[in-house]
Amino acid sequence: MTAATLFGLCAAVLIGVGLYGLIVNPHPLRKILAFNLVSSGVFLLFGAIARRGAAAGMGGDPVPQALLITGIVVAFSATALAVALLLRLFDVSGSVTLSSDAPAKSGDDIGAA
Amino acid sequence: MLTTSGGWLLLVAVLAPFVGVLVGLALGGRGAQRVASLTLPIGLAVAGGIAWTLLQSGDSVVYLLGGWAPPLGIALRADGLSAVMMLAVAVVICGIGIYAQSDFSAPAGTAEKRAPFVFWLLLLAVWGSLNLVFVSGDLFTLYVALELLTFSGVPLVCLDGRGETLRAALRYLLFALAGSLLYLLGAVLLYGGYGTLDIPLLAERIQPEPIAWAAAALMTVGLLAKTALFPLHIWLPPAHAGAPAAASAVLSALVIKGSWFLVVRLWFDVLRGVVTLPAAQLLAGLGAAAIVVGSIVALRQERLKVLVAYSTIAQIGYLFLMFPLAFDASGHTLVHGAALTGGLLQAVSHATAKAGMFMAAGLVHAALGHDRIADLGGVARRMPVTVLTFAISGLALMGIVPSGAYLAKKLLLEAADNSGQWWWTIVLQGGAAFTAGYVVLVLTNALRRPAAAVQLVQRVSRLSEFAALALALSSLLLAFAALGPVPGDLVSNPLAPKELGATLLVLLGGMLLARGLSRRPLLGGTANDGRVRRAIVAAGTSLEQADAFLRRWPSASLALLLTAALFGWLLLARVPQ
Repeated sequence: MTAATLFGLCAAVLIGVGLYGLIVNPHPLRKILAFNLVSSGVFLLFGAIARRGAAAGMGGDPVPQALLITGIVVAFSATALAVALLLRLFDVSGSVTLSSDAPAKSGDDIGAA
Repeated sequence: MLTTSGGWLLLVAVLAPFVGVLVGLALGGRGAQRVASLTLPIGLAVAGGIAWTLLQSGDSVVYLLGGWAPPLGIALRADGLSAVMMLAVAVVICGIGIYAQSDFSAPAGTAEKRAPFVFWLLLLAVWGSLNLVFVSGDLFTLYVALELLTFSGVPLVCLDGRGETLRAALRYLLFALAGSLLYLLGAVLLYGGYGTLDIPLLAERIQPEPIAWAAAALMTVGLLAKTALFPLHIWLPPAHAGAPAAASAVLSALVIKGSWFLVVRLWFDVLRGVVTLPAAQLLAGLGAAAIVVGSIVALRQERLKVLVAYSTIAQIGYLFLMFPLAFDASGHTLVHGAALTGGLLQAVSHATAKAGMFMAAGLVHAALGHDRIADLGGVARRMPVTVLTFAISGLALMGIVPSGAYLAKKLLLEAADNSGQWWWTIVLQGGAAFTAGYVVLVLTNALRRPAAAVQLVQRVSRLSEFAALALALSSLLLAFAALGPVPGDLVSNPLAPKELGATLLVLLGGMLLARGLSRRPLLGGTANDGRVRRAIVAAGTSLEQADAFLRRWPSASLALLLTAALFGWLLLARVPQ
């Protein structure tokens, strides 16, 4: 087994564990963590692909590395936005459940801003 | 490949809104609205310029960033598809911008508020990201554009900062992130398999083999989650119904079109040789299910904005009906043809009509202080323009001559006839009756004589009313605008007996549906219903429960994975060459 295969398998495990967490954990913060686990898996896979494509004598395929950096920035901003929303939700409502999805019955309190 | 003449317009189309965001952010407060009002006409002119350049040269407009050609560099490309979408988005954004002038303004002398400031910045950000989605030439730039679109769309949901809307925004963000990870995973697999992410290069290299199948299934399903196609619509109703009207119009008319466009781009341009007819049938089948479930649940709603949000779910279904119809005669590859034109027209027509409809709903809500459908009586007399706007957008969505949806339906029906897929003819014809159902439901309530005189809690601005009306009208008259690229014999006289008959039939079907399914008896129906109505209502209630079940997080995310698996399996089922 080459190093690239090993890393690829690790990536698959990370993605699987992350998806499981995303589905079964009801708490939003855990979902955010699970999202980060999946994205780490995807990034690791991309890294493994870069390594595998480096047979031409270079240390590694540079394109995935450049894309990876961008991907990490995007995942970071997504996490920041999600955590900010979560904190605000806790401030406003005192709880952080996602479950009450029924839109308000009365209709009076849905503002047109 | 080189930068074509006029290629710089693509750069301006993407950069102008984002420069607007930065300048608005720096100026702060009232500055944001002024910057947005300045950027809107510039963007509209640029979108027009791109369409003009494309018509003149008859070929794609290309801009190479830094003069580097793919695969090393990144290219921006605009073909006919992108130009049409950019123009439509520019028109709708300008309409929304005019509508929102009164809702989101901070007149001199009053304290500045955060919601208007953020709204104008996000409006520009949504526009810039959409333009980037339309012109991106490689799959990774598209991923970034898609994420930008999500990041600017999500805060629009919770502009008023109530717990309800914050929760809706968080659900939207988390589900959309799950979708974009699947998309990114697919893109990574494609890079691993073929060593490029540039769309034309990838289209040349891609082969029907396991890695391409896996990537196609993952990317398609990830995008469907962001588009909220049934059964992945978990986030849409609370998000679209809870947001302020102008924001709902942006989200419903435009934001979901970004990921829809990307599905079209992938299937028609990248995965042309990989996707199969059975997979396309699944896509359209989900669309048909969306039409039925979305429309029926819409009929069961008590609040106008929730009804309009469910109507969006049904209309998203329409957008996916074109995929199996766009296959060539042998059923092997997707072709750019009449079906694609039809689907595109449907998208443009929905963007304009749905924006008008949400704006009308928002105006009614603002004027009455509530939007309970049962208590709308007398509104038509007090707000004739707004009710007319709702009626016109409803007619446009139904596909009455000469609306864009009518022309789209014609093109798709013809494609269905030519390819012998008669079952889509039924869906296309029957869908209009469902649409008519909830439009009739709202209009009969709005036209009813009220028990007591209607009290308006607030006067709505004339400008907003007419902006909404203009968008609804442009959807109704879209067929005239589209006649350039489409053969002229497709539009017939709206008053010809055949067309009139079809229209009446659709309206009649809609009235029957509304009568049978609405929560309260319509038009003086009695309280003790007959056996038929009870059976229909029971069916409606069970669909409603099924919808509520599917919108729970575990079932929605399992549906996400199952749909991906199903797509993967159907991609294996190739027609023997």
